[in-house]
Amino acid sequence: MANRSPAETDPTASAVASPGAARAPMTPRPFRVLARRQETADTWTLTLEPADGAPAPRFEPGQFNMLYAFGVGEAPISISGDPDADGPLEHTVRAVGPVSTAICRAEPGTELGLRGPFGSSWPLAAAAGRHVVIVAGGLGLAPVRPALLAALARRESLAGLVLLCGGRSPGELLYADQMVGWGQDPRLELGVTVDAAERGWSGHVGVVTTLIGAAPFDPARAVAFVVGPEVMMRFTAQALLDRGVDPADIHLSLERNMKCAVTQCGRCQFGPTFACREGPVMSLAAIGRFFGVREL
Amino acid sequence: MRSIEDLLQEIPTFAGLEPQWLELIAGCGLNRTFAPGEHLAREGDPADTFFVIRHGRVALEIGAPGAGDLMIETLGEGAVVGWSWLFPPHRWSFDARAVEQVRAIVFDGACLRGKCDDDKGLGYELMRRFAAVMLDRLQATRLQLLDVYGKPVAG
Repeated sequence: MANRSPAETDPTASAVASPGAARAPMTPRPFRVLARRQETADTWTLTLEPADGAPAPRFEPGQFNMLYAFGVGEAPISISGDPDADGPLEHTVRAVGPVSTAICRAEPGTELGLRGPFGSSWPLAAAAGRHVVIVAGGLGLAPVRPALLAALARRESLAGLVLLCGGRSPGELLYADQMVGWGQDPRLELGVTVDAAERGWSGHVGVVTTLIGAAPFDPARAVAFVVGPEVMMRFTAQALLDRGVDPADIHLSLERNMKCAVTQCGRCQFGPTFACREGPVMSLAAIGRFFGVREL
Repeated sequence: MRSIEDLLQEIPTFAGLEPQWLELIAGCGLNRTFAPGEHLAREGDPADTFFVIRHGRVALEIGAPGAGDLMIETLGEGAVVGWSWLFPPHRWSFDARAVEQVRAIVFDGACLRGKCDDDKGLGYELMRRFAAVMLDRLQATRLQLLDVYGKPVAG
């Protein structure tokens, strides 16, 4: 899946029933591009509103939609906006293939098809009273951004909130303006690192796993949300385990090639699960034995 | 004021060492502060020292013609900076620059090498611990080389 989002194996974190998905799961609903904001050289955030005048569907942090560029194709794209906000939906899309490139190029006023939301969600309800540790790599910040925004809105119910972001370079970090605000927000402990930087960069340089050892959280009371390239998630999960976080409290967002999003095509099968239904957010305890298996 | 020996016990690389070895190592160290932008070491210079960061952040950099100075890693509190003092030809491979005000313990590597030669047990233990630091850095470097953020699945 190109720009998508996570699923959830935690049975308590059930998927939101989407009226649109329930009525006609394979029929796209027309949405209009309201705004288009460039995040990096190849990544844009689109704001979409229903073209039929009805309200946009509600979603849970971590869910994804299937976005359809008419005449080109359909791709699973994470919802990256605020789950508590009524109104338009935000999706952050990286142009990596014909479909995502067409979606990224959609100017305001363009109509796109939308199916969803689909999949499971980050278990925020289970995080009350605990330290929420979010580790995002590259474009992975997009699928976990709704969880971060929801956690900030519920910060008083949490023991702590940590966001660790890794990126290729400073210019390829998402939500640069918002990141400045997060860095100054006393409710949030923010760590940002990049793989390489030129002099002048004041953040860390190194892989995101190097931030985990010194991050301010109690591993016995932590619940971790991890999203990024699978290799990054594997090493991050190990670093969290080394720190003492329970596998059942480490939640990952699986990157899989979702096509139908309703378990019919089998393209996103992962062991005995489907990433579009049990996922994309799943706990390490649930999928650990399959995680890292080649060709799976 | 706490002694260098006391401070070393809180540094992962030195924690748990025999007290007599800690005393020997501490005897080769002194506290120093580096201003933002000040270099702890320069590529190609003799590596007679290494550092333990007590506070602040240090960037390892390499100059690339036409590209300026590239930061390849930053190291923070508790990290060891430098292992070239252990291995001939004892020259720094990178620049080490204070990104912000840095308080560090500076160790005389030549002094410590001599003590390691005299006490093989200390030499083995230090080599083992510095090998662990190098292993961690090597694994992190391998991950960086994978460029995992640069190759998304097309769609």
